[in-house]
Amino acid sequence: MLPDSILLEFQDRAATIDHPMELVVDLLRAIQEQHGWVPDEGVELAAQILGTSALKVEEIATFYDKIFRQPVGKRVIHLCDSICCWTREAEAILAYLQQKLGIAPGETTADGLFTLLPTCCLGACGEAPAMMIGLTTYGHLTPEKIDAILEQQRAEVAR
Amino acid sequence: MSDAPQLLFKNRRLGETTFLDGYQKTGGYQGLRKAFKEMTPAEVRETVKVAGLRGRGGAGFSTGLKWSFFPADQPGEKYLVCNGDEMEPGTWKDRELLKADPHQLVEGMIISAYALQAPVAYIFIRYAYEECSRNLEQAIAEAKAAGFLGKNILGSDYSLELHVHRSAGRYILGEETALLNGLEGKRPNPRSKPPFPAQRGLFDKPTTVNNVETIANVPHILSGGAQWYKGLALTDGGAGTKLYGLSGHLEHTPCVELPVGIPLRTLVEQVGGGVRGGRKFKACLPGGASTPFLTADQLDVAMDFDPIAAAGSRLGTGCVTVFDDTTCMVAATLNLNRFFARESCGWCTPCRDGLPMVNWLLEKIERGEGTMDDIAMLKDQQRNISGRSFCALAEGAMGPVESLLRLFMDEIEDHVKLGRCPLRTR
Repeated sequence: MLPDSILLEFQDRAATIDHPMELVVDLLRAIQEQHGWVPDEGVELAAQILGTSALKVEEIATFYDKIFRQPVGKRVIHLCDSICCWTREAEAILAYLQQKLGIAPGETTADGLFTLLPTCCLGACGEAPAMMIGLTTYGHLTPEKIDAILEQQRAEVAR
Repeated sequence: MSDAPQLLFKNRRLGETTFLDGYQKTGGYQGLRKAFKEMTPAEVRETVKVAGLRGRGGAGFSTGLKWSFFPADQPGEKYLVCNGDEMEPGTWKDRELLKADPHQLVEGMIISAYALQAPVAYIFIRYAYEECSRNLEQAIAEAKAAGFLGKNILGSDYSLELHVHRSAGRYILGEETALLNGLEGKRPNPRSKPPFPAQRGLFDKPTTVNNVETIANVPHILSGGAQWYKGLALTDGGAGTKLYGLSGHLEHTPCVELPVGIPLRTLVEQVGGGVRGGRKFKACLPGGASTPFLTADQLDVAMDFDPIAAAGSRLGTGCVTVFDDTTCMVAATLNLNRFFARESCGWCTPCRDGLPMVNWLLEKIERGEGTMDDIAMLKDQQRNISGRSFCALAEGAMGPVESLLRLFMDEIEDHVKLGRCPLRTR
């Protein structure tokens, strides 16, 4: 679930700070970074490191929309559907992405590469319409730009 | 406008980030030196109060007054927390600030934590702002190495630990008590107030929560003086400059720093270059998704807390979203309300069940299937959700709905009378 070095670092920090639970979001994010999503074993591991119950961790893991408790594709596309992007044709961009990837929002492509999720405002309102892949935000989206971004992502995964 | 005083965006060059060397070249850490060498914590608090700084995160509460509720002189654990959740649609100024010049927030945090005598401080950053988190971590490391942060700052007996917390999504974390639960690793539902965070906040200890832009103003107030800062505003009651981020149907959508009190019209027509494609201005959200719409006859309102409140809305975060005359205001309100319904934490009934009900009614009206009874029910929902929710989320959601009903009733009724949206051609 976690490489030894990261596991030890979290165990160390949990043992030395007054409120180990404050590490829970960091820990879930670290597990997700390694594993792509947070499976039951990840929740159990986090609980063990933090000295709490799996249920306590689960109620955190299921609250945040950027923590995935189900398998997702290698690249998660978060497309903004909030008001500024809406004024800048985000609905057409969503339709284009669905058609291009052959999936509906919430689904993953058959090759396991892309998951498409709507998200709230990304704070890229001046560059609307915008989407985020992983931790990178892309603005001023057009179908041509999306084609190039998806190609680049495919090439990165293939490497 | 090009000669407008630049405080927060002084070092901003698009695509670049200013770190310690550049920051110090333009006067960075002078405010901190002044605070630590010449002023007591109480004097720093008083200066911020006299400067008239009001919270830039949306509520507009006096920062000095907020700090005066904090038991700064009481020994023991207490915390300063910076709210960098910035998730209200249309709001993107804190991101621009942290992309350009992160040391301002770090210096502001150190001065503010000194003023409050808090030994530990957190900066809470939303998931989507990874670049901002990294900039802050670099700035914090540089500040430590330079002796501005850590043990015995500038040889004083004051020490500060400053942490960056990366979040994982959800708008409700911007609510200060939900944010505190999030920091503690609890499920981030808002807390009941009282007790207020100033009495019992993070880990049940006294805590002050301030927005990124608010804190970033503090070094400038210290280095320039309270009277100078107050005088930067164009309105008598206002103070300082403001970051204004533009979005929506405008020719240009930059984020700029201009005085508090600049007319909304200046932002729309000069900074934004007017409505896109030569169309007409229909309405705008003056400060984020929770602020009631303003219409074309209100374009001369001053961008300051009190004048915008008098015009029936709120300055909010000062990030303006413009709608042109082809926009269906029912559809726009539906988009806004869908956001709030989805981001509800589900804790209280008016929010969890009321907002989906409002969605259902707006969808029905927008599809052309609404009746006059549905409009009456929409009014009823708005009245009954407002003021009855556990926190400000549902209250904010009702901002656009209330103004839709007040300003665009003819347009709502046209949907019912025509049996279709009068504006949507697609």
